[in-house]
Amino acid sequence: MPPRSCDDGHVRGSAIFPLAALVLLLAPTPHAQDGTAPATPLTLLSRDGRSHIPTVVLNGEELIALDEVAARFQITAREDTITGSITLTYNDQTVVVSTDQAMASVSGRIIALSSPAQRLGNRWFVPLELLPRALAFIYGQRIDLRNASRLLVVGDLVVPRVTGRIDSVGPPTRATLEIAPAAPVSVTTEGERLVVHIDADALELLLPATGGGLIEQITGGETPMTVAFVLGNQAGIASGVPREVDGITRVTIDIAGSTTPDTATTSSTAAPASTGATASSALAPDETATPPLLIGSRAKLETIVIDPGHGGDDAGARGSNATEEKTITLAVAQRLRTQIETRLGIRVILTRGNDRDVSLDERAAIANNSKADLFLSLHMNASPAAGVAGATVLSLQLDREGEDVRRTAASEAVALPVLGGSFRTIDLIQWGLAQARHVDRSAVFAKMLEGQLRSHVTMSSQPLQRVPLRVLAGVDMPAALVEMAYLTNPEEEQLARSESFQASLTQGIYDAMVSFRAYLEAQDTP
Amino acid sequence: MTGRRLALIIAGLILIGLLAWSLGGRLEQAGDSPPESPVAMAEPAMSSEMPRIAATLFFPSANGLVLVPVLQEVALAEGLVPQGREILTAQLQSPPPPYESVIPEGTQLRAFYITDRGDAFVDLSFETSAPHMGGTSAELLAVYAIVHAVTVNLTTIQRVQILIDGREANTLAGHVDLRRPLEPDMSLVQEVSNPR
Repeated sequence: MPPRSCDDGHVRGSAIFPLAALVLLLAPTPHAQDGTAPATPLTLLSRDGRSHIPTVVLNGEELIALDEVAARFQITAREDTITGSITLTYNDQTVVVSTDQAMASVSGRIIALSSPAQRLGNRWFVPLELLPRALAFIYGQRIDLRNASRLLVVGDLVVPRVTGRIDSVGPPTRATLEIAPAAPVSVTTEGERLVVHIDADALELLLPATGGGLIEQITGGETPMTVAFVLGNQAGIASGVPREVDGITRVTIDIAGSTTPDTATTSSTAAPASTGATASSALAPDETATPPLLIGSRAKLETIVIDPGHGGDDAGARGSNATEEKTITLAVAQRLRTQIETRLGIRVILTRGNDRDVSLDERAAIANNSKADLFLSLHMNASPAAGVAGATVLSLQLDREGEDVRRTAASEAVALPVLGGSFRTIDLIQWGLAQARHVDRSAVFAKMLEGQLRSHVTMSSQPLQRVPLRVLAGVDMPAALVEMAYLTNPEEEQLARSESFQASLTQGIYDAMVSFRAYLEAQDTP
Repeated sequence: MTGRRLALIIAGLILIGLLAWSLGGRLEQAGDSPPESPVAMAEPAMSSEMPRIAATLFFPSANGLVLVPVLQEVALAEGLVPQGREILTAQLQSPPPPYESVIPEGTQLRAFYITDRGDAFVDLSFETSAPHMGGTSAELLAVYAIVHAVTVNLTTIQRVQILIDGREANTLAGHVDLRRPLEPDMSLVQEVSNPR
């Protein structure tokens, strides 16, 4: 029976007829009675992570069980046997799917589908395309089906399509990696691989099955958000130069033969999201200027030390509901480490990865000994006034001695002879005042933190301060401290424990680090 | 007898005036005209015939973000170091309503001395760091309440180093560096627009 259509196009099966409406049974069975599983399972990608979502293929159509949709998207589904339809409801908005015709209705719009809803065994199945084409209208979030990569992207995630190709076999071999839409990238070498790190939430990889010339294979990297070019035995110097053209980041990979020096070397550059580059849209190999085969500049932000404040017997500040500062700082630090490592490919070291005492000097020593490029200490604030709220970013305020050290640091460098007859320059600086020569860059980083955090969390009325902070004084690299919220404020105490708040904080800090990396690279550009 | 008594009183007043003048312009005799810098005036803590001066003490503002300068009578003492002790002892006591202290209750002044360079050392008992509420904001207020109580009232002193139990300390509660003398930071002091 066809669905009853009203003038406005809505498909209704409501009060006019006695309904045999029933909530669909959410009792999934391992396999549908008919249909087969697709060759590659579908992956659902959202802010909550990624997971496989079962589908079946029937008569060439990919279908998904309604109970699966209901569980994943928190919708309710009701069958109307009289009108021959199923109503999907989310936040009082509905999608009506016909069980007779290959169509659905959303707010008066009829949407053609590849097949009607159909019962297989004791479950209802709908075409997979229903999700992006109809459910997305009522769900309030983007639902993007990437069939080629078997991804179902839900929400505002950055998932660029990454296409690789071999342009010329050579030698030298040239290949191109296109990232659309454009995203910041960096290029490094890891053993016999040249690895492209892409700043995104996930990647839709469309890579050639085989390599060519001096490239044995182009494949997804061992760490997320990377693409690896596996180099052959005859490969010499390798370079990767990213450029942004017409909203696409294009990385040109050049591999020289082994007649050049014996170890592969890499370039390491990054393309900011908006470089404003002007070039024609198609970049065939011969149309581009030949990139340099050896670029000596090293990425300026390779190691970050994150310092979760307090720990062990030192719980730090406490909220009225017994929330401890040391717990929140560790949780945010671990989130931040995961996000930076997976999305930026930057090494992250925590001064403590669990609940233990770490002295302030030890925290600085961890950063200095690992030759980190950036140090960030995370804390929760406290005030005698319970109403005080918001995040604060702090960097080091130098005293008289610190200013003296800052002025004389460069002039006190000495050159010491080393084996082989050359000299090595050693900077002589007091251990406890190592931060003195970085205060300007630290202030820049603090300002970026304040700016980016403002987009994600509430800032205090004094959001940026310079203070003689003990933990920063001995750190020999740009450094800042973030007081993320006030535990003495009951509302902020509750907020600080929430996933959403910690995720927002992490995102703000992450964005500031991306900005700071671009700043360092711009500083290094002649 | 009456004339001799009057002469003694006058001489005493002159001596008190000279002592107060020697301690710097910020120390003012009780009952004098309002101070130049706008500060709140607390009720006298006690009435006594003992000579007293009005010193500026520092307590957290109602919004907990800055320190409020509060005039409070303290005993007049002879010399910078004894006067500094009196001022710090008053600073460590419970503040007058409606103010609250950020310095833990029970904190005692163990010693106060001044170096030839003009740096003051304030030696506090262990209670200062042990039960502190934590957080950079509260710690800043606690540290600079002490620094300002010294430098604002004893103007010849430029910097203050806080010791705990006679030893150099890293911090009170994990944040503010106490290893070197601290200069006053007036950005942490509330500007009062309506002086009394």
